[in-house]
Amino acid sequence: MTGRRFNPFALIGAVLRPLDPVLCLLLAMLLGAGWVLMTSASAERLPALQMHIGVAIATMWIVAAIPVKRLLQAALPLYLGGVVLLLGVMFFGESSKGAQRWLDLGVVRIQPSELMKIAVPLMLAWYFQLREDGIRFFDFIVGGLLLAIPLGLIVVQPDLGTSLLVAAAGVYVLFFAGLSWKLIVPVAVVALAGIVAIVGFGDQICQPGVDWQVLRDYQKQRVCTLLDPTQDPLGRGFHTIQSTIAIGSGGLWGKGWMEGTQTHLAFIPERHTDFIFAVLGEEFGLVGALALLVAYLLFILRGLAIAARGATLGARLLAAAVTMMIFTYAFVNIGMVSGILPVVGVPLPFLSYGGTALVTLCIGVGMLMSVARSKSIAKD
Amino acid sequence: MTEFRAPQEALFRFRRRAVVAAVFVALCFVVLAGRLYHLQVAQYNYFHSRAEGNRVAVLPVVPRRGVIHDRHGEVLARNYSAWTVEINPAQVHDLDAALAELGEVLPFDERDDRRFRRRLRETKYFESVPLRTHLTDEEVAAVAARLYRLPGVELRARLFRDYPNGESAAHAIGYIGRINERELQRIDTRGEAANYRGSEYMGKSGIELAYERDLHGVTGVEQIEVNASGRAVRLLSRTAPVNGSDLELSLHMGLQRSAEAALGLRRGAVVAIEPATGEVLALASTPSYDPNLFIDGISVADWRALSDSPEHPLLNRAIYSAYPPGSTYKPFMALAGLASGIRTPEDSFDNQGLFTVGAQRLVDRKSKCQHGVDLHRSIVYSCNTYYYELAHEMGIEAIAAFMSQFGFGSRTGIDIPGEASGVLPSPAWKRARFKSREHQQWYGGETISVAIGQGYNAYTPLQMAHALSVVLNYGEVHRPHLVRRIIDGLSGEIRHPASQPDGYVPLVHSHVDALKRAMVDVTKIGTASTVFADAPYDAGGKTGTAQVFSLRGQEYVSEELAERLRDHAWFIGFAPAEAPTIALAVFVENGGFGSQSAAPVARKLFDYYLLGEQVEAQAGELDEVVATELEP
Repeated sequence: MTGRRFNPFALIGAVLRPLDPVLCLLLAMLLGAGWVLMTSASAERLPALQMHIGVAIATMWIVAAIPVKRLLQAALPLYLGGVVLLLGVMFFGESSKGAQRWLDLGVVRIQPSELMKIAVPLMLAWYFQLREDGIRFFDFIVGGLLLAIPLGLIVVQPDLGTSLLVAAAGVYVLFFAGLSWKLIVPVAVVALAGIVAIVGFGDQICQPGVDWQVLRDYQKQRVCTLLDPTQDPLGRGFHTIQSTIAIGSGGLWGKGWMEGTQTHLAFIPERHTDFIFAVLGEEFGLVGALALLVAYLLFILRGLAIAARGATLGARLLAAAVTMMIFTYAFVNIGMVSGILPVVGVPLPFLSYGGTALVTLCIGVGMLMSVARSKSIAKD
Repeated sequence: MTEFRAPQEALFRFRRRAVVAAVFVALCFVVLAGRLYHLQVAQYNYFHSRAEGNRVAVLPVVPRRGVIHDRHGEVLARNYSAWTVEINPAQVHDLDAALAELGEVLPFDERDDRRFRRRLRETKYFESVPLRTHLTDEEVAAVAARLYRLPGVELRARLFRDYPNGESAAHAIGYIGRINERELQRIDTRGEAANYRGSEYMGKSGIELAYERDLHGVTGVEQIEVNASGRAVRLLSRTAPVNGSDLELSLHMGLQRSAEAALGLRRGAVVAIEPATGEVLALASTPSYDPNLFIDGISVADWRALSDSPEHPLLNRAIYSAYPPGSTYKPFMALAGLASGIRTPEDSFDNQGLFTVGAQRLVDRKSKCQHGVDLHRSIVYSCNTYYYELAHEMGIEAIAAFMSQFGFGSRTGIDIPGEASGVLPSPAWKRARFKSREHQQWYGGETISVAIGQGYNAYTPLQMAHALSVVLNYGEVHRPHLVRRIIDGLSGEIRHPASQPDGYVPLVHSHVDALKRAMVDVTKIGTASTVFADAPYDAGGKTGTAQVFSLRGQEYVSEELAERLRDHAWFIGFAPAEAPTIALAVFVENGGFGSQSAAPVARKLFDYYLLGEQVEAQAGELDEVVATELEP
């Protein structure tokens, strides 16, 4: 805002001001990788993908331009609105027998739970900001409840992938807000022991007729399929078998762009959405896959750095939770495609085809940038 | 600035936790990297050979659906093999061009095209989608000659369902049809999605729906090596499918056809049960429909013809149409009187056919009903006043409690879907059924009309035949069922779904015998004596007529109106009298008096069943069509 005359550089500067250069660079790399893979996996979707990217970037810019304080003020209305919508979905779903009709509409089902991926961390960050002066154990109980309500509504839908991400977002906020290690460690130990038990005794507990009490039958089936995909070659095991073949056959250097036989013979199911990592692994090999991991790692480290320097507690919590959610997306997706996690519907962040998920993620990135800027404003 | 107010300690703790998180993230990524190293470097050779040497396609092998036959082996539902032309969308670059080229050698119409495109959108996996079915030999040859120019186009032999008897027993057997999206979701939530990969059809009604799990079988798996253009080169491994179980029904098709012929063009139903076992010998509902129309999606014209018909051919009257039973209810009322101790078989009345309650006077003008009316006479000549008196003394609660034991007002539990439960009237039922206080009130006059099978009473022909069977069994309840044996598709092991009695109604033998004697005299000297004149066997029965009160707002052309206002005719009966092997209920919509239109149907069926005409039994003639699975 220096010169009185029109200065094009000033305009560019004003446009770029809300954006964080490092995140922008990494985001461009990830979106570019997605574009390259989509060209190979499903070229006819490129126009739509470009439109999704355009909308997502614009949304990100708008969110980034909003001060964190304002973002946090939106927490309560967003959260309450989301819960009301989720309740609506639940009752609407019960009253109408032709449930699949509104499932197909997509808009109704996806939006409330998708919104919650943003609204839950925002709400919890806002709450802890409010209680900043003396956070006590009681506040973690309240935080847990604030998480449990929308989570329960999403679990009953049922939508395993989204529940997982919303749960992760909420737990991250609790963790960064200072949840006692005395609570974290035992839970982590029990979870670890459970995983070890399932893997170690997979053969016995996957026998038909063994009732797992907590999990429903189809959820048990998913875990068992993971342990031995060949048991269900036509069903869920099919995805895992095909994606591991694709990745493994990529080798160190990959078969080359557009050269993936598994990709092009359509062996990989959902190859443009949840399983796009298999295309990367097949065509660009271990080198390409590791490059992607490094890009994600840098993105996450940058996000955590932004969080650590956030101006307020709310800003820090928001930034850290959003960052870790992106990590969860990436880890769960790559884990499932490479066959170490059960198949749940979680996309690969910034690469999988899907407009809604991309916009949600970019809103998250916009929030990160807003937090980054809040620090610099504070310094000015 | 807020940051200065924030406690330094909290900020430091946050930063420590951020470092912990960063380490956690890095560890997780190391795990992923390790997994990728394992797949892409350590196990590279294995996966490379699986992907490069063998481009393996995993294909479902659809099991043969179980065959359904009657108790003598006559085939009711079978499979036959026919050629289809299919397109694998993943291997076609320009679908429209491929369709155009295919269209030159194989004509297909707009409907085929539309259906194909719809299914293309619905299909989740990369499987071939049928474009046209039932190709002629010439068409097969023409397409086969062009196949080399049409990558992704396949000729396959698939199994199709056929109901050789057409309309006969259609309501019992039901039909299969294409799996729709809602059914697909249900299959998915039941965890059977994998077993239905490749299955296009499933049961939609009748036995085909009720025994879907047995009939479907277990889908097999084929691993096929395909070349670069996706054509199958070599079969690598095959897990054979387990064919669906065959079903032997208790239906006696000869009797079934006799029942349908006897009903003729009238609307009605017949249910015949073997009392000792509960096996359903005949389950007829007229008019009927051809289940073959439904298999590949019924055409709009056919559907309109069936659904718009005032005759309602799709309705299974045998198990769904509930009407007042009229006087066929009297045998059960008579038993109620005996069982409650209010009457003995010998109690008789000389009331001049007059019944008075309060200011109401009801008269039975039939000359036989004026004097000495005991249980026997009341059944033989269908005297109303006997039952007015009885109902008045018993009260509605006791009547309802006794009747419910025979399954009146509840589903019998027959093994096909779509059964109505009917109405067993009682004050409790009325309170639940109506909203306003005055409608909920039970009136004494209603008890009286219930006693002679009118009023709110409404039972299906199945319920009537079932209740009669229970009486003939001296109280032993056998759930009526259509499937006698399930013959396992793999082991050939035979299961009997129903062999044990399902309950017991305490009845006194002498009471039942007195009632049976009366019902036998109905066919000798009573209301059905003309119809059963000269029968060479002893049969028992009871006629009934259900009053038609209103048309319930339906619209009919005027000449049909008179017919639709006529009463419904009922007949329940059994034979031979000493040890009944068949119990039946006949219902004729707007048939007038039971003795006129329903009883003659029963006479024909008894004649057929008892006079040695079962010779049609074609035991062992199981002409099932075996799948000719071709390697593509």
